[in-house]
Amino acid sequence: MKPAAFEYHAPTTIDEAVALLAEHAPNDGRILAGGQSLVPTMAFRLARPTHLIDINNVANLDKLAIESGALCIGATVRHAQFHTPACDGVLGRLLTDVVSNIAHYPIRQRGTFCGSVAHSDPASEWCMVAATLDATMIAQSASGERLIPAKDFFETVMTTALNEDELLREVRIPVLSDDTVYGFQEFNRRAGDFAISMTLVTYQLEGGKIVDPHVGVGGAEDRPRRIAEAEAALAGQTPGDDAFRAAADAAAAAIDPMEDHATNAQYRRDLTATLVRRALENAAS
Amino acid sequence: MSDKKDITLTINGRDHNVSVDPRWTLADVIRDHCGQTGTHLGCEHGICGACTILVDDSPVRSCLMFGIQADGKKIRTVEGLANGDEYHPLQRAFIENHALQCGYCTPGFLMLATGILEAQPDISDDDLNDVLSSNLCRCTGYANIIKAVRIARDEMKAAS
Repeated sequence: MKPAAFEYHAPTTIDEAVALLAEHAPNDGRILAGGQSLVPTMAFRLARPTHLIDINNVANLDKLAIESGALCIGATVRHAQFHTPACDGVLGRLLTDVVSNIAHYPIRQRGTFCGSVAHSDPASEWCMVAATLDATMIAQSASGERLIPAKDFFETVMTTALNEDELLREVRIPVLSDDTVYGFQEFNRRAGDFAISMTLVTYQLEGGKIVDPHVGVGGAEDRPRRIAEAEAALAGQTPGDDAFRAAADAAAAAIDPMEDHATNAQYRRDLTATLVRRALENAAS
Repeated sequence: MSDKKDITLTINGRDHNVSVDPRWTLADVIRDHCGQTGTHLGCEHGICGACTILVDDSPVRSCLMFGIQADGKKIRTVEGLANGDEYHPLQRAFIENHALQCGYCTPGFLMLATGILEAQPDISDDDLNDVLSSNLCRCTGYANIIKAVRIARDEMKAAS
């Protein structure tokens, strides 16, 4: 249970970090941020990176601020920084509600928002939040920066649109309007465990009807995503049991669930339907 | 391939100058190279919490940090809890409430509880349960650990 040997780099600027990444990525050089997923993987020797580029001392990666209508979350912002609202309004409250579901308190002191998104575990709460709220990922390499919308970012289990020489420098989440309501639901067998399924829903009301519904599902499929069929079942409807059950059933039918030794596809579909319905009920209450 | 680097770890107020291989976890550096064996290693992959220590006053898993990352940081371990012969209120509450049997997980629980009670002296029982779910104990069934930390919380609050 000891990580294999590697060379350690501790750059202090973004330019230096991406130059090191460009040099070492072809030889399995990796970024080390919070390390709460990477280091256990190294302890099991499932990962044996030859170089680690530690970004914890890089200046200007700790941004956590509203800019141009989005909450900008820099690469070294820790989960624990969301224990209290990171911004005023609905988005800050939503992120604070979600964060307590991420692993455990000591893990949240080190683990980072961007690291979780870059790691892209299907059961990651932040990945589902990013997908549901149409976040934009800022990928930085030695040759410049690239903006990647969430719908194009998550490809499959622990696989993203990031190139090997790109650092996920920042994630931007659009601010939610004051009339946005939301609900979050996650199910796992023990506190802090990986989600078997989870969902985040948001919508607004206009004249008593649902507008701009977002229904995101994570943990159930190989990547988190918005479920268009469930959103279509909500748009223009009056909030209530009929619309919520229709959306829940649509989500359950639309997903392509992962299976494992303890959980078959039907179980994950049923669970997802229940969670979507409960999240919508939370949003409406 | 990896050369050792010289770092300084400040553990319980005392500087330790050590030469570390980057792959050594902070837990291993503290135990094997600074001689502070109060911090225990259970799972070595971040699940059990036995190795929980305070780094810059935040409770973290010392098996999930590399020692080299803690250069110049303020580290607190279970050895630093007591004030001479006088136990910390948490240590006393653990003893008086039978919050340990084999004691292997105890240093991690004590440092986790120290970190949270310093950060949130008024933490509610429910929130405390949630934080204490971070660590594993296979002896006590947790009830006495929770009871001890609640008693220490109330004592520390009254004394402050």
